[in-house]
Amino acid sequence: MIHFDNVTKTYANQGRPALESVNLDVEKGEFVFLVGPSGSGKSTFLRLILKEERPSSGRIHVAGKDLARLTNWKVPHLRRRIGCVFQDFRLLPNKSVYQNIAFALEVIGKPRRFIRKVVPEVIDLVGLEGKRDRMPDELSGGEQQRVAMARAFVNRPMILLADEPTGNIDPATSIGIMKVLDRINRTGTTVVMATHDAAIVDSMRKRVIELEFGKVVRDQSRGVYGQAY
Amino acid sequence: MRAQFVLSEVWIGLRRNLTMTVALIVVVAISLSLLGTGLLFVKQVENTRTYWQSRVQLSVYLCTPTDVAANCQKNGGVTPAEVAAIRNELLATHDTTSVQFVTADAAYQQFRQEFANNEPIVKYTSKDQIPPSFEIRLKNTEADAAQVTEVMDGAPGVSQVVDDASILDQFYKLLDGARNAVVAIAIFLLVAAILLVANTIRLSAFNRRRETSIMRLVGASNFYVQLPFLMEGMIAGLIGWLVATGLLIGVKSVLLSSLQSIFPYGVTLSTADLVEVIIVAMITGLLICGSTSFLTLRRYLRV
Repeated sequence: MIHFDNVTKTYANQGRPALESVNLDVEKGEFVFLVGPSGSGKSTFLRLILKEERPSSGRIHVAGKDLARLTNWKVPHLRRRIGCVFQDFRLLPNKSVYQNIAFALEVIGKPRRFIRKVVPEVIDLVGLEGKRDRMPDELSGGEQQRVAMARAFVNRPMILLADEPTGNIDPATSIGIMKVLDRINRTGTTVVMATHDAAIVDSMRKRVIELEFGKVVRDQSRGVYGQAY
Repeated sequence: MRAQFVLSEVWIGLRRNLTMTVALIVVVAISLSLLGTGLLFVKQVENTRTYWQSRVQLSVYLCTPTDVAANCQKNGGVTPAEVAAIRNELLATHDTTSVQFVTADAAYQQFRQEFANNEPIVKYTSKDQIPPSFEIRLKNTEADAAQVTEVMDGAPGVSQVVDDASILDQFYKLLDGARNAVVAIAIFLLVAAILLVANTIRLSAFNRRRETSIMRLVGASNFYVQLPFLMEGMIAGLIGWLVATGLLIGVKSVLLSSLQSIFPYGVTLSTADLVEVIIVAMITGLLICGSTSFLTLRRYLRV
């Protein structure tokens, strides 16, 4: 599903590459944790998958497509197959829960009948029944992140990228968020989650890829957060 | 394509940016109406020129007993013999298409007719003050006019030679000057309009950076992301044009008509001329707003 072949990314005006000679494969339906200290290259990895950045060298395939050969006007089609969740939720403050989720479908031109059908389904899936007309500032952090996950998932992407989705949320609420991510993963969606949250990684027992200074230093199925522990 | 969604985004954008939108509309309206006014002047001059081209003639005014011109004081009014001599001279030597003698009686009648609505002038002008004349139409107006003038000037019985074109030239000069001034101001304002469009779109893009970043993230096409902004610029331009249309109709009916009463030289502008100018203004407005929006978006909304 995601294939990195000797990928190096060096940003302009920076000596050390953000990612260096990364080789890895993520299969369809996998759940992968991406761990490592700040600046280890986790965000660069996610941005490369979305083609928000181009690699300095190496090849990237996402969902069977060679990103180097994907023309600019086809990038939006790639992104429709990838959902994204962030630490800061990125909801639209002037739209309700329902409108925030529907927005993701409206802007890719889905018919209204389709939107009316799938949005309530995904609201149920993330556990926000009865809150569809709330505004984001009336929701807790955990609930806002659920809205963000619903928006990322509503178009049934093949891949869900989560960049520290529990970074702004207390541990108890995080468990609920992880349950939703797990539920999404069980529908067959590949999930890649960058995180600092050791407790979550340890409790989930999924594949763990550790980055350090832009290099993959560990790739372990059913791993834990830190090797030393 | 979801028209309703795009339109509601446009509406939100215009409302959020209300002051800039109003400024944009006003500047577009004023610059387009000035540009249109300039074009109306051009049309007026053109029409007047074509109208008079075929009618312009040389008038050779002959002496009357009361004439104070140096050439006339020696022997009072023109004599029949002198008239005949002048006629022969004109017919023989110059490339004239017609030479017509207007008697003092006929000239007086014509004068009364032309100034019918200006009673004092008619009242205080006596019959012997209106001179008889030769009205000459030349084959080659410009080249021959000077030649005929030279020969006729100072000939016995000739008071004055008047080239109609020289009178019209003043009128043209006035219109040309007015046109140049108006077009110069219009160009300055169009530059202002371009900068304002760019700024409005930039502000709008900044105001909606959350929306656009999410749109890009979920895979909205460039077209979908940019269309609301593009339409914002175009709609503001279109409203500006509508206002300009109103102003232009006003300019045509008030300004040019009053000009006509000062220079009563025929030719009015037709409605077709006005419509043409209004359409040119619309195309200019839409082009300026559309292309500026498009270029600005390429800078600020890169995917």
